[in-house]
Amino acid sequence: MLKAFEDAVKEFGVENICKVARTGCIGTCSVGPAVLVDPGDYLYQCVTLENAREIVQKHIVLGEPVKRILYNNEGYFQKQQRLVLRNAGKIDPTRIQDYISVGGYFALAKCLATMTPQGVVDEITNSGLRGRGGAGFPVGQKWSLVARAHNTPKYIVANLDEGDPGVFANRTLAEADPHAIIEGMLIAGYAIGAQKGYIYIRSEYPLAIQTLQKAIAQAKDMNLLGDNILETQHKFDLELRFGAGAFVAGEETAILVSVEGRRAQPRPRPPYPANQGLWTKPTLIQNVESLANAPLIVLNGWAWFKSFGLPNCTGTKCFSLTGEINNPGLIEVPMGITLREIVYDIGGGISNGKKFKSVLVGGPSGGCLPEPLLEAPIDYDSLKKVGAIMGSGGIVVLNENSCMVDTARYFTDFCIEESCGKCTPCRAGLARVKEIFDRITTGEGELNDIDILEKASEYISNASLCGLGQTAPNPILTTLRYFREEYLEHIVDKKCRAGVCFKNEKAEE
Amino acid sequence: MATSDNRRIRLEKVLKEHNYQESALLEILHSAQEIYGYLDRNLLMDIAGSLNLPPSHVYGVTTFYSFFKMRKPGEHIVTACLGTACYVKGVEQIIAAIEKEFNLKRGGSTADGKLSLLFTRCIGACAMAPAIIIDDQVIGKATKEIVISKIKNTLGGIKDETV
Amino acid sequence: MTLNPMITLKIDGVQISVPEGTTILKAAKDNGILIPTLCDLEGLTPYGGCRLCLVEVTGSPKLFPACITPASPGMEVTTNSDRLKDYRRTAVQMLMAERVHICAVCVANDHCELQALANQLGVDHVALERNFTREQIDSSHDFLVIDRNRCILCTRCIRICDQIEGVHTLDLKLRSKNTEVIMDLDESWGNSCSCTSCRKCAKVCPVGAIYIEGEPITQTKNRDVAEFITARRNRK
Repeated sequence: MLKAFEDAVKEFGVENICKVARTGCIGTCSVGPAVLVDPGDYLYQCVTLENAREIVQKHIVLGEPVKRILYNNEGYFQKQQRLVLRNAGKIDPTRIQDYISVGGYFALAKCLATMTPQGVVDEITNSGLRGRGGAGFPVGQKWSLVARAHNTPKYIVANLDEGDPGVFANRTLAEADPHAIIEGMLIAGYAIGAQKGYIYIRSEYPLAIQTLQKAIAQAKDMNLLGDNILETQHKFDLELRFGAGAFVAGEETAILVSVEGRRAQPRPRPPYPANQGLWTKPTLIQNVESLANAPLIVLNGWAWFKSFGLPNCTGTKCFSLTGEINNPGLIEVPMGITLREIVYDIGGGISNGKKFKSVLVGGPSGGCLPEPLLEAPIDYDSLKKVGAIMGSGGIVVLNENSCMVDTARYFTDFCIEESCGKCTPCRAGLARVKEIFDRITTGEGELNDIDILEKASEYISNASLCGLGQTAPNPILTTLRYFREEYLEHIVDKKCRAGVCFKNEKAEE
Repeated sequence: MATSDNRRIRLEKVLKEHNYQESALLEILHSAQEIYGYLDRNLLMDIAGSLNLPPSHVYGVTTFYSFFKMRKPGEHIVTACLGTACYVKGVEQIIAAIEKEFNLKRGGSTADGKLSLLFTRCIGACAMAPAIIIDDQVIGKATKEIVISKIKNTLGGIKDETV
Repeated sequence: MTLNPMITLKIDGVQISVPEGTTILKAAKDNGILIPTLCDLEGLTPYGGCRLCLVEVTGSPKLFPACITPASPGMEVTTNSDRLKDYRRTAVQMLMAERVHICAVCVANDHCELQALANQLGVDHVALERNFTREQIDSSHDFLVIDRNRCILCTRCIRICDQIEGVHTLDLKLRSKNTEVIMDLDESWGNSCSCTSCRKCAKVCPVGAIYIEGEPITQTKNRDVAEFITARRNRK
């Protein structure tokens, strides 16, 4: 594709006014391959090799955009607020010069030249930024805990183990703007006094790994990583660590043991990683999206950052919008936006003229919300109130063809497979819960099962060791809360309104 | 394992790069799988010895992570994405069709060892769901028919670059 | 060894003084309050897996594993609320339903910590569907036997093998409900090259998963062995 454009540009002799560049994901994955023409942000969708010549000829040479294949969905970008993804689709992620030309590494320079480490921590604290990995712990508070810990050396682990199925925000960030992650880590390193960082990334993301490896090498060449960064005393070194197909390794304490090369089984806290993390040394564990916010906050000041989102939940959040929807893709929206705006204005509504049924917010341990709750604003506390979680930002839209009982069963199944097997509720409990689902979806459910499900779910949420087990029952609890009638239909009438259950599973196998 | 084995020399290089450190076990398993294709018992014993780790520890770590394979995979590998978006979009039907068409079970290989059917948890191509990977080629918005014909082409040695 | 300063806390309304750094479990035990646990064993590092020792701490909505959580000054701990009792009964039922626990035909009958706990908590039936696993019993070792159908994955055997005997023959394989205790590279026990046949795993197994063939269970079980050896070692 790149070559087709280069050829066309040559053919029409417009090399001097038009540069063909590669870029990271723009976020409109469903209409790929996509091509962006600047100035004017003209986005072409589903571009073919033949289109390339036409686009160059008409748009570049004659100045007339080819309307027929333009991405015709204004709402998609209008309601978004791209801070973290500011450079996605705008710069070549394989060139550090591109990142620097749009103000990259200026924030680091500002820190090193004009700010004390405590000053950086204060800036982040005042901005109100909360952890984007899911739990929403205030980032500034975390940094100051590690900064105050006495033991040395200190470490940073950037969490890019995006294990939630249906989520690809961190992958896109790493592929489109790897230096934003690196700069964020450098700033955090300066603020908390760490000189070594690890990026823990899923091995399922080969392109993101490549991009990051290249970015790290370039940063080293330009003396942005290593000793005497920007000719100061500051040192920071960065290594990649690869996950190996274990969802639970994204959990805060499990990621540590995984970096140490062991089975990714979480351990109870306290002791907190801020005091005893990697090799029992103080460690900052932060999602890459949180880290990528840091340069912006440092550069523009906390007050600027607070102008986005809600007063108690500032900034933006990336969501992976998928499922039965017209415009799936990666979006970044201000906190406080409603689900309805996301599903209808940005997502363009339900695909194929079907009816909306439910939206799952927060990944496999999120909550399935019904239509009336589409008015719910997106922030950590509101989502928690309705039984969902921010999680790592997965939004899956389901239409009338999905059975809610089956959906809950699917997520329970996921959590069972991904459980580390250490604690009783998550290992032994979820497996028993799954058996109940198997009974209900094959027509052998009893009314009593609903009570058992509720009781077991409550126990598993409260007694599990880590976040995986504690949130695993969310899909069960929310479907029981908002779609109870479907459970009753399955149990009493042996009926599945979506036509998903009661198939003879044995015959299929 | 013969030390003249070229692959063993490559593994030794990796071990050395990591200074034979216990904590590099995951990185070393990744490299070993890349070099050998899969991790058999002899290889694990070898790695355990080189890093001075108990064999049970190495075995425990290897089997904890589903990315590590202990059995020789088929010549060609079909990987189905089991992520949420792919599930919602009906990846299960495609899997069932592949099982039926090529007579193999999920997680297993065909009798002639030509084809394996494996799974992954979300490759992050959710907007293109359902996604199926044939060897290294990702097929987005997959249907039964497309996938089966692509697999047949792959098995027949026909190169197919279009997606 | 320097003695830690004493701190004072309340457990079930009783005022208790313990050295700083003591876990809630130990503080309670030393003062005659028994908090149930299946994975913890004095002398071994705490694991925090079985979740039976969860307790409530006034002022926090969360539950805390007593085996790991250190007692802190002024803390008010409840070990025996109705909710906790209910949760413990659920935990015991989940463990009983997970694998094959039929007391009458178990070698550890009457000397099983899971059974004792079930009795103590009044678990008279298992409301969940029981899952009867069919793992092969490994009796290839001269006298040590492992029946994984009875294993509750407390990892006491693994920890004592690593931390006290120092050979680390045992570990866990796989994850989730497929997790199992293994020897070396998932060898049969008789073929294990590192096992020293020290029997400590059988002594501390809380249930009838690891036992010694032909030996009465009363003679085998010695759950204080880890504490005893650790104490001896610390004297030097």
